[in-house]
Amino acid sequence: MFKKILIAADGSDHSIRSAKKAIYLAEQNPDAEVTVVYAIDGQTSKEDILHHFDKSVVDEARKRRLQPIEKILKEKGVSYELKILQGEPGPAIVEYANQRDFDIVVVGSRGLNALQEMVLGSVSHKIAKRVKAPVMIVK
Amino acid sequence: MKANSLKEQWFGNVKGDILAGIVVALALIPEAIAFSIIAGVDPMVGLYASFCIAVTIAIVGGRPGMISAATGAMALLMVTLVADHGLQYLFAATILTGVLQILFGVLKLARFMKFIPRAVMIGFVNALAILIFMAQLEQFVDATWVMYVMVAGALAIIYIFPRVTKAVPSPLVPIIVITVIAIMTKSDVRTVGDMGALTSALPTFFIPDVPLNLETLKIIFPYSLALAIVGLLESLLTASIVDDMTDTASDKNMESRGQGIANIVAGLFGGMAGCAMIGQSVINVKSGGRGRLSALVAGTFLMFLILVLGNIVVQIPMAALVGVMIMVSIGTFDWSSIKGLAKTPVTDSIVMVTTTLITVFTHDLSKGVFAGIILSAIFFVAKISKVHVTSRIEGGKKIYAVTGQVFFASVDELVAAFDFNGDVKEVEIDFSQAHVWDDSGVAAIDKIVIKLRDNGVLVRLSGLNAPSSNLIERLAVHRKPGAKLSGH
Repeated sequence: MFKKILIAADGSDHSIRSAKKAIYLAEQNPDAEVTVVYAIDGQTSKEDILHHFDKSVVDEARKRRLQPIEKILKEKGVSYELKILQGEPGPAIVEYANQRDFDIVVVGSRGLNALQEMVLGSVSHKIAKRVKAPVMIVK
Repeated sequence: MKANSLKEQWFGNVKGDILAGIVVALALIPEAIAFSIIAGVDPMVGLYASFCIAVTIAIVGGRPGMISAATGAMALLMVTLVADHGLQYLFAATILTGVLQILFGVLKLARFMKFIPRAVMIGFVNALAILIFMAQLEQFVDATWVMYVMVAGALAIIYIFPRVTKAVPSPLVPIIVITVIAIMTKSDVRTVGDMGALTSALPTFFIPDVPLNLETLKIIFPYSLALAIVGLLESLLTASIVDDMTDTASDKNMESRGQGIANIVAGLFGGMAGCAMIGQSVINVKSGGRGRLSALVAGTFLMFLILVLGNIVVQIPMAALVGVMIMVSIGTFDWSSIKGLAKTPVTDSIVMVTTTLITVFTHDLSKGVFAGIILSAIFFVAKISKVHVTSRIEGGKKIYAVTGQVFFASVDELVAAFDFNGDVKEVEIDFSQAHVWDDSGVAAIDKIVIKLRDNGVLVRLSGLNAPSSNLIERLAVHRKPGAKLSGH
């Protein structure tokens, strides 16, 4: 079974749905360790600082976006860790995943921003292409 | 330790800084020219400003990796100064802006940033975006269909090109493509050259040619003050964004001083006032820029390009620049504030929209910010001015329990809650859930106590916290023998 599971999330409904599937995988293995990564790109950085300004408030606001996922993890008693990365979601998550040996990386097929996706291409596509571990894309 | 960290700030990321600096220089040229046109000055003024500010801030700034140059926010503030008094007064105002910013830095005013409500900051960037967009519309006056097609083409390239490669800043591509098309088809669309002179020469040092008297100061001071405040506002906001993106801290007071020094240098070398740029700084960090070297490379490479390519730059059609500026305004606008409009408190939304509207109508960012701050202060006062007073009878004694903030805005409500005509002989006022803040609060308590006492009631105050009790000790008259209410 999968032991080290990476969930790429951004707090969107899609990411919560894919996290649920990842948590389902984790439940199959009592030793499973889940890492939830949330990558902050320049645009999000800009919005968060503009809306909250103070660093500690910004950090709190970001953790709160992952709260729905954290809640499920707690409910299911899965051991987990939240990790906030700085950078473009695609490359940042790929780099993070490839530096550690995860057994599987789970990502939603769509994120928060459809326009950005149109311009920059989808994060899930980049992850599927460049992460060395098996990747599960949740529709 | 310090010397080491300074070395790190300069040479800790040489390759990334040089590459990112080149990318930023390319992206800066169209903006520097467009912001000059907004301000109503020759493109050279914005280009010299961008060169001087970027290079100076690389040395004296407090936030390595941040890009400062001529900006839209500052350009918008100087329009009437340039129109009414001319270029020399702009240079003088730029120098004074720098002096004020150094003063702000020395007095460590950066810490007061926290008193600017977030809704005002959001209103500020939204207004900035709208004004940059509106400034482009005048380029369409009397324009032919060619202009519209070129602008649409520029925008299409800007948004689609990143799919091909992200190594080249996408705004640069339509500038090149449309310039080539315009030159080849010999189309007679308006170009940068039509907007003012562009000389392929390094900036030179000169003292602005203005009379050094009180009259001059009176003209430039209001502009300089607005420029200094808006410049620091945008710079400190940008610095915090770069802090967040790079996960490092920066010295905001050093940055304030640095912005001041950079503006003085710009003013002495024929440049207009500038500040940090959110968009360019994000581009820099995304392209791998982290250190001071990135801003230095951006400034010098920009100047190098102007010296080498000056005669091509004048042939850039305005349509291409307008396209880039429309992209800049779309990128500047905080779209999440529109999405969040339903969720945020109504008063926050009112403050944000008011800041935006006042700025757009007055064309003055400092007025919008000022109005926004006052409005949110009023809303805040109104929100916390609700005092609750409950009363109960206990053993022949009437006890009033006060909950809330007792200050100038809440005293009417407080006094109105008391019954002065009752037949109880003893009253206790419980302040354990209240805080007395000011003279008016103490005066209101005086009024209540003395009025009750005049009716032969024995009054006792209880539960006052230490600061409130100190204040009453100092100011209250009801403690003094023979206390009477004063006439007012």
